[in-house]
Amino acid sequence: MHALYAQLLVGLINGSFYALLSLGLAIIFGMLNIINFAHGALYMMGAFCAYFLLSLCGFGYWWALLIAPIAVGIFGMFLERTMLKWLAGLDHLYGLLLTFGIALMVQGIFQNYFGSSGLPYAIPDELKGGMNLGFMFLPIYRGWVVVFSLLVCLATWFLIEKTRLGAYLRAATENPALVRAFGINVPRMITLTYGLGVGLAALAGVLSAPINQVRPLMGADLIIVVFAVVVIGGMGSIMGSIITGFALGVIEGVTKYFYPEASNTVVFVLMVLVLLVKPTGLTGRAT
Amino acid sequence: MTVTTDDALPMKPRAIHDQTVIFVVMAVSLSCVPFTDIYPIFVMQALCFALLACAFNLLIGFGGLLSFGHAMFLGTAGYVSAHVLKVWGLSPELGVLVGVTASAALAIVTGAVAIRRQGIYFAMITLALSQLVYFLYLQAPFTHGEDGIQGVPQGRLFGMFDLSDPTILYYFVLVSFLSGYLFVFRTINSPFGEVLKSIRENEPRAISLGYKTDRYKLLAFILSGALAGFAGSLKVFVAQNVSLTDVHWSMSGEIVLMTLVGGLGTIFGPVIGAFVIVAMQQYLAGFGQWVTVIQGVIFVACVLMFRRGIAGEIANAFVGARRKI
Repeated sequence: MHALYAQLLVGLINGSFYALLSLGLAIIFGMLNIINFAHGALYMMGAFCAYFLLSLCGFGYWWALLIAPIAVGIFGMFLERTMLKWLAGLDHLYGLLLTFGIALMVQGIFQNYFGSSGLPYAIPDELKGGMNLGFMFLPIYRGWVVVFSLLVCLATWFLIEKTRLGAYLRAATENPALVRAFGINVPRMITLTYGLGVGLAALAGVLSAPINQVRPLMGADLIIVVFAVVVIGGMGSIMGSIITGFALGVIEGVTKYFYPEASNTVVFVLMVLVLLVKPTGLTGRAT
Repeated sequence: MTVTTDDALPMKPRAIHDQTVIFVVMAVSLSCVPFTDIYPIFVMQALCFALLACAFNLLIGFGGLLSFGHAMFLGTAGYVSAHVLKVWGLSPELGVLVGVTASAALAIVTGAVAIRRQGIYFAMITLALSQLVYFLYLQAPFTHGEDGIQGVPQGRLFGMFDLSDPTILYYFVLVSFLSGYLFVFRTINSPFGEVLKSIRENEPRAISLGYKTDRYKLLAFILSGALAGFAGSLKVFVAQNVSLTDVHWSMSGEIVLMTLVGGLGTIFGPVIGAFVIVAMQQYLAGFGQWVTVIQGVIFVACVLMFRRGIAGEIANAFVGARRKI
């Protein structure tokens, strides 16, 4: 049973990353109508940002948790201003191709300087060790990742669904021209939204740095699983992305315990099954 | 996908004439390669990728469907052909046939799932499905995991032509490529191709005219998958090995890049794109990972500035602009 609990925990952690990444994708998709293929690369940049902050400036984990999402978010806003902006009105697929190109560039540059092997990033002192829950041993850092990312997801949900800013954002998604007529700067809102989505990806990167090593391709394969998560969830709602993300992480973890051979493929198999029954995804709207 | 092309109308006789001229020039100049100093292996590789890009372009350029998982057809046909050639000892023509059949079967299954969604979702689903296939081949015993299948025998085509002779192999690949090219050409100029274009332009209207658009899209997907598989089987004879690189999703990205560089929705464009990208990889190999960066830059530049690709921009530069290479 201990192994099952351990796999459940691993599943919850992976689920936290899926949720943070698919949440960012959903926010960006809502405003920009772009599937951000660069999301995995930006997640990787978040982890590298934490690594640089520690090795070059001596800023530890807690600073990284704050600075990395902001820094990568600003980089994202720069990308939006200089490139993505020009795709407005074109077919959605050009956005996917453009962000794919950006991902190739970013990952290629990091691979040139750091090879493909991983760089270690230590768990901060405050979160070292673990506690015995009676039925299992819980490493504190892993528990922290799950709780913290859940909080961030809920905060993002609150921001978008319950605040005035979120109301503007949702309105601009529905009808940008009308919202602009009310005197709201829609282009700036689009830029900030992209920054927010990218920041969430970078935050996931910082959280994962002490668990998985910091590698240039850490986001490349993860992003495809996240795409499958998005297809299953349907990207219809913010809450849908969060729940689907965590749930699929857990399902993956449980599969790893009962039938390890299928753990790499279970999300994709689920995607096929969901598509056969409900092509719009579990929480999706028809498009 | 609304590709920047303007051939919604059936092709004019003049355009057909131009296409024929291009085809003849291409066929003649490619047949001269063995008599020159050009490295034949390079041209054969480029021809395999050109066929692959043509197959991919049939789907996106004329059906509006962006598949981000075409590597799965390349890899499936490659693995199956290599296995039956090496382990079962089948003849080359049967090896190709079995490989293409396997790809077509995979295309039927994956296509039936993928065409249930459109646009970017279609792209993401094909990508996820190809990653599923990648993991299957990573674990399946017959693919030998990370090692791949090495040293595949080339054999004698129809018991007559010894494919281990580089010149004979070259003409085998060339004839296969040209027939694949003609097949794509014939398909898009058939009534089926016209329906496909109408679906790309305006699917609801095609549905209201009574076309079962899902069937047309599925058939296009199967044709494209089978043809991509044909390219994968040919590649086995050229490289004599198959590895996980052929099924990895970065290969799918390269296929998209070749077609985008050459010109989405043009017939000749994917061929140019494939030659440009394969040449780039060949001659820039010393730069290591910078090649990936350069590919990324090309991607971005094409999407932002040259959406018509090389062939499209050239055709556009000519007077009349509507005819395309």
